[in-house]
Amino acid sequence: MGEFLQTLFVGLRLGSVYALIALGYTMVYGIVRLINFAHGDFIMVGGYTLIFTVPLMTAAGLPAWTAVVIAVAVCALVGVLVELIAYRPVRRKGTNMTALITAVAMSLFLENLAQAIPAIGPNPIIAGQLFASGGVRVAGVTLDYITIYTIAVSAVVMLLLYVFTQKTRLGRAMRCVSEDKGAAVLMGISVNKTVLATFAIGSGLSAAAALMYVAQYPKVYTTMGSLLGLKAFVAAVVGGIGLIPGAMLGGIVIGLVESFSTAYISSSMTDTFVFFILIVVLLLKPAGILGKNVGEKV
Amino acid sequence: MKTSVKRGYLVNGAAVVLAYALFVVLAATLGQGGSFKLILAPSIWQCCYLILLAASLNLVLGFMGQLSLGHCGFMAIGAYTAALMSLAFQRAGVYDEKSGAVFIGILFLCIISAGLLAAVFGVLVGIPALRLKGDYLAIITLGFGLIIVNVINNLPFAGQNGLAEGSAAASLYATGLGFGSSDRVSYLWVGVGVTILCVTLMFMFIRSKYGRAVRAIRDDEIAAAASGINTGYYKVLTFAFSAFFAGVAGALYACCNASLSTVSFSFTNGSILNSTFVVVMVVLGGMGSLTGSVVSAVIMFLLNYQIANGAWVDALPGFVRGVFTYPMLVYALVLIVIIMFRPKGIFGAYEFSLLRTPRDAAGLFKRRGGKRSRPVGKEAAAQ
Repeated sequence: MGEFLQTLFVGLRLGSVYALIALGYTMVYGIVRLINFAHGDFIMVGGYTLIFTVPLMTAAGLPAWTAVVIAVAVCALVGVLVELIAYRPVRRKGTNMTALITAVAMSLFLENLAQAIPAIGPNPIIAGQLFASGGVRVAGVTLDYITIYTIAVSAVVMLLLYVFTQKTRLGRAMRCVSEDKGAAVLMGISVNKTVLATFAIGSGLSAAAALMYVAQYPKVYTTMGSLLGLKAFVAAVVGGIGLIPGAMLGGIVIGLVESFSTAYISSSMTDTFVFFILIVVLLLKPAGILGKNVGEKV
Repeated sequence: MKTSVKRGYLVNGAAVVLAYALFVVLAATLGQGGSFKLILAPSIWQCCYLILLAASLNLVLGFMGQLSLGHCGFMAIGAYTAALMSLAFQRAGVYDEKSGAVFIGILFLCIISAGLLAAVFGVLVGIPALRLKGDYLAIITLGFGLIIVNVINNLPFAGQNGLAEGSAAASLYATGLGFGSSDRVSYLWVGVGVTILCVTLMFMFIRSKYGRAVRAIRDDEIAAAASGINTGYYKVLTFAFSAFFAGVAGALYACCNASLSTVSFSFTNGSILNSTFVVVMVVLGGMGSLTGSVVSAVIMFLLNYQIANGAWVDALPGFVRGVFTYPMLVYALVLIVIIMFRPKGIFGAYEFSLLRTPRDAAGLFKRRGGKRSRPVGKEAAAQ
């Protein structure tokens, strides 16, 4: 029972991180129909920003995790730049597939650019402690503070995002653009500005994910976002891409699959199970667990 | 068969024979030792499998218009099949030395089985994957590529550290397929011959009614289905066909490398052998141009070789040299720039042809003077 609970908590914590990343994927996909492969690498950008800004924060007498504010700003800036420099020109000219290839190239570019920067280099950097250690005991298992924070942060972020997209002007504009671009333009919505805002918010979220991830696994390296991003994308697809609750659900599902397969089946086959889940879900319900199937217009 | 097509095959066949004869003469004058054995022959082997990889992905990416990001997964299947099979034959005592008719027979058996097994997996992946389109296909093939690597890593006889360590005591180098430098020279004809044969087969496929159907699916899937094309069948067929040649490329890779490691077949990695790099090659050569893929594979190999070994790299200023330490950075930039300015790749759907190129070149020069003369009517039919 103790092991089961422990695995459950690990899965929930991992799932919350995936959900934070998946939210970014899902928002961008919902609005421009593009898998932003570079999104995983924004986590890497966030991770390195944390590494470099945490000493500044502690020197100023603030708690270490406040560095996330700077990380969010940097990630949002990088996301906006990627959209402006690479995605927008390609989207205007090319097809869906050329945009996808650009996204893959952008991901590769960010990873290798980071390696080429002398201050970063190819070797992993170990991060310091971001949160107070310790935890509370629940039903015979120790629940780390980090686990509690991670789950709480992602739940709050999801709730805020949901309210944001439902109630605010910008959020409603986002939903309009994702539903029908042409009609949105006719209603006086600036599509380009809305897309930029989406990229900024989505990328900013990846900085929050970076904080939670690095707090748990204090190692930052240039390809850290690659597999993490892929699994988060799987989470977004499993939950139903384009849907904010779907990203949350998918993230938790993938996190649980990962932690339980690691604990009970095989630790080295985890990736296989995660992608197997993706294949099964896509076969049975291509629109994801919460998604609705939409026919194609001719 | 139309006369023009027949003439095309004749001219191209003659050109291949001529090029091979030239190569043999050159090889004889250069001698078997030194740079030929250590640099040129391994380079040609590498070019062979890169060409096959790029051309086979072009079938899916360029002609069918679907992005597959797990192409190296099929290559991994091919490589491990060929290596393990040859190892098994060797353990069973069917052959001992890497020479003689028996070995050549087994070599070809291994190459063909590698392709067939990859094709079987192509069908298995293709049936579920091709029900989906575009983005989903990309992500599911990517997932498949990762699964393959993950599974091979967990096979007791293949192992994380590659076949050399995972497989009992004997390494692939000493037994099985892995050629040493002199074997690479004496079996160079196998690599080159297999590559030429496979590229020819792909050409014939693209020009056949199957190829036309596949291109129709790329241009408009719904219209193609409405015209009576069984889109699901053709998509899976093309996917399996493409996987077959990726498997053959893997077998060639297993031939010319001393050991196998799954790190070589992942989605991205430091070296050039990964699924993303294959996409770079295809896009560079032109989506929908097989000859473009062949040319770009060779160019990318040369570029990569130069970046890794060229003396001029050391002469560059510090930061630029730092960039060249990570060649994928350069390739990623190249890919973005090409996609921005030529979304279909450098050559687009243009195929080089010995029959047509002189006339096209002449047309290019003519354009300076006035309008470009496009072949019309009778002239176009003659092509």
